[in-house]
Amino acid sequence: MIQAILVFNNHGKPRLVRFYQRFPEEIQQQIVRETFHLVLKRDDNICNFLEGGSLIGGADYKLIYRHYATLYFVFCVDSSESELGILDLIQVFVETLDKCFENVCELDLIFHMDKVHYILQEVVMGGMVLETNMNEIVAQIEAQNRLEKSEGGLSAAPARAVSAVKNMNLPEIPRNINIGDINIKVPNLSQFV
Amino acid sequence: MVVPLLKLQDLIEEIRRAKTQAQEREVIQKECAHIRASFRDGDPLQRHRQLAKLLYVHMLGYPAHFGQMECLKLIASPRFTDKRVGYLGAMLLLDERHDAHLLITNSIKNDLSQGIQPVQGLALCTLSTMGSAEMCRDLATEVEKLLLQPSPYVRKKAIPTAVHMIRKVPELSDIFLPPCAKLLHERHHGILLGTITLIMELCERNPAALRHFRKVVPQLVQILRMLVTTGYSTEHSISGVSDPFLQVQILRLLRILGRNHEESSETMNDLLAQVATNTDTSRNAGNAVLFETVLTIMDIRSAAGLRVLAVNILGRFLLNSDKNIRYVALTSLLRLVQSDHNAVQRHRPTVVECLRETDASLSRRALELSLALVNSSNVRAMTQELQAFLESSPLDLRADCASGILLAAERFAPTKRWHIDTILHVLITAGAHVRDDAVANLTQLIGGAQELHAYSVCRLYSALAEDISQQPLVQVAAWCIGEYGDLLLEGSCEEVEPLQVEEEEVLALLEKVLQSQMSLPATRGYALTALMKLSTRLRGDNNRIRQVVSIYGSCLDVELQQRAVEYNTLFRKYDHMRAAILEKMPLVERGGPQVDEEAKESKEAVQVSKAAAPVPTEPQASKLLDLLDLLDDTPEDAQHPPPLDPSPGGTLVHLLDLPCALPPPAPIPNLKVFEREGVQLNLSFTRPPGSPALLLVTVTTTNSSEGDVTHFICQAAVPKSFQLQLQAPSGNTVPAWGGLPITQLFRILNPNKAPLRLKLRLTYNHLGQSVQEIFEVNNLPVETWQ
Repeated sequence: MIQAILVFNNHGKPRLVRFYQRFPEEIQQQIVRETFHLVLKRDDNICNFLEGGSLIGGADYKLIYRHYATLYFVFCVDSSESELGILDLIQVFVETLDKCFENVCELDLIFHMDKVHYILQEVVMGGMVLETNMNEIVAQIEAQNRLEKSEGGLSAAPARAVSAVKNMNLPEIPRNINIGDINIKVPNLSQFV
Repeated sequence: MVVPLLKLQDLIEEIRRAKTQAQEREVIQKECAHIRASFRDGDPLQRHRQLAKLLYVHMLGYPAHFGQMECLKLIASPRFTDKRVGYLGAMLLLDERHDAHLLITNSIKNDLSQGIQPVQGLALCTLSTMGSAEMCRDLATEVEKLLLQPSPYVRKKAIPTAVHMIRKVPELSDIFLPPCAKLLHERHHGILLGTITLIMELCERNPAALRHFRKVVPQLVQILRMLVTTGYSTEHSISGVSDPFLQVQILRLLRILGRNHEESSETMNDLLAQVATNTDTSRNAGNAVLFETVLTIMDIRSAAGLRVLAVNILGRFLLNSDKNIRYVALTSLLRLVQSDHNAVQRHRPTVVECLRETDASLSRRALELSLALVNSSNVRAMTQELQAFLESSPLDLRADCASGILLAAERFAPTKRWHIDTILHVLITAGAHVRDDAVANLTQLIGGAQELHAYSVCRLYSALAEDISQQPLVQVAAWCIGEYGDLLLEGSCEEVEPLQVEEEEVLALLEKVLQSQMSLPATRGYALTALMKLSTRLRGDNNRIRQVVSIYGSCLDVELQQRAVEYNTLFRKYDHMRAAILEKMPLVERGGPQVDEEAKESKEAVQVSKAAAPVPTEPQASKLLDLLDLLDDTPEDAQHPPPLDPSPGGTLVHLLDLPCALPPPAPIPNLKVFEREGVQLNLSFTRPPGSPALLLVTVTTTNSSEGDVTHFICQAAVPKSFQLQLQAPSGNTVPAWGGLPITQLFRILNPNKAPLRLKLRLTYNHLGQSVQEIFEVNNLPVETWQ
């Protein structure tokens, strides 16, 4: 079973924190910090497996991590998971993020934290691997996004439109266009409705 | 006043702009205040935005509990956007310990039964993450219905939810067992993956389920075979291997089902061989499948050839350049070392190679495995390797390595000298990390190896002369030098280069230990005692020793001060006893509570005083009484030396063996108490010297007649103030013509020293008659009760 999934950057700032076992808030933050310190000490050419820290549970738990550019993806698992399998799972997750965000980078994770959670929910559920087929996951996410957009469109569109126009900088409409002796009167169009 | 509401992105921007922690906190606190206000009376349409912001802030570690009720409201809303964020909030903020979590049960129920598919998915996801036992019980039937729904998406999500429910409420297994068989026929990989996990969970909890699912082994074999043999499919393949996740899960389940079951194991044999040989191992996915196959082969009742293949695969992986593969190989070998020890032994050289890895995780695994592989034939080589590792290992592994080496040495040491050498080496290299009983073990070992005393003391002396900082080493060395200092000075050890040591050097070294800042109080104690012992071993005069001892008489450490004062007294008043008291120690008993220097000495003191305890009027007690006076430390008596000539009770030297040998008591005469037609009863008495209130009576029944005595029973009675215990007789038949007599032991306890009275009752068959006799024993000798 997967106990926790943590994503943080090279300075330890958390980008995604998901626990599948109940820990109080302060312990959660402590675990993130402790994991970061453990993982930071590792060179790049040694194995991706670490015995877990003291907080997250006893001798049975391992940290399996991968380092992508500025981000660490850390899965904390117990002995019932295949270590090499989890390495592949991390890869699947990252590739899925890549597909959903079009060349994902850290900023995408920062500004769309909730979307990352939704994607993760399609891959891992309740600490168990749910789906590893990237196309299926991406299809689901896109369907859900469309649903949200259509909902958001129906009810929020007027409000959004009004605020959009208020902020728009319309150029001054000339009341009278004088070109020589032709005098065209421009009708008084009311504000855009 | 309407405050413009920040979108999530804007908030994040602002937080990132904050340059210090304090600024960030300020921004967040301000925003949280807005969020709280908005929750109270803001636009319900914007609520999901507020919650999203709150969740972000929560991830950074700030308190967000006031959003819990909002989650409930959002979940209850009909909009998908709201539900999405609401459920996410529920998963992140709510849990079993908050009472609020039960309130979402109703919403989940509605969503599960009436929601659209994505909503059902959300509800299932939330339930599987934070569902408590009560929630699971309430919603079990809903989830069960969803297991059989047409939509694969929902079914796929319902299965892990079922697993979670079973984990929380094991009784629900009964509900979820029947659908499994049907689900296995699915083609959708996600469903299959979940189903296999579900079956594994059911089998692990319930042996009946295990037996039930053995029937599906052929089906599983079929699925796996299809996965392995169908060509490249873009759908689920990872670097060329079709759905390795599903393959691994199937192999796991096969392992559980085939364990200890011949029939199932046989069904799997071919397939496992096929997977083991055909899987492409150039990429991680293939290796994952291969590992799982190897573990399964080793766990079930597989053919011997297959097992050999499996272990060889593991051996090959140990040589792989990829560190991850080696790590997993070491872990798997560790699991196998108990069951297939010989097979793993073959790979010992490679394992030992891994000890030299710079990677801490790998070297830790290699250490565990190496320690498990030590046996009597390879102990020398392995210990060498492990000692080399000890010198270069990181600090956190040192303690484990040191105790591992010591344990292995204890179990498999080929010779005592090798054992002593090994322990010595460990103490020198990693003295600070050894366990506390290493010192006691080593002293006991050295004490027991008579022939190695000279060797040990020479080596320890050289080691100590080099370095006095490793406390366990110093303690052992000090003890040894104290005990065998004379051997050291002789310098007669053949095995080490002859060491010319002067008395002054030895004393100087011990003094250095005493005065060093690095020495613990216990170590100082050892050193002081060693100095004292040397006073009898060395030939020179003892002025230097006396000086040191008297200095420590005013030491601030109470333990040292006490020792020094006692030793001082030994020098001044009881010089004649010094040699005897400081003689070589007898061998310490192993096991039981830790016996170290101080405990032994205090034991001696206690025993000496016990020996002098008042003994009832024994004629030889006068000499012992003199001793009593001495120990009471009355100054006037101490002037005249007490007689040292051996008294029957034992010499002073024997004070150290206990209990003190008291003179044997005068024997009490036997008594004939009964005679009838050739059957005689005799009593013999013993009063053991250690317990004055106890009387042991042996009743002997003899038969000189021509008929056998059978069914002989003897019973006894004593006055109330006595305690009587009858032990079982040696038999109940005495053959005729002086055959083997019956003996029976009575134990009579007479704490008040009252006059003994004894009544006996006999029943037996003799010469065709049954005889019963009751009589009181007269003429009991006075010594039996005085």
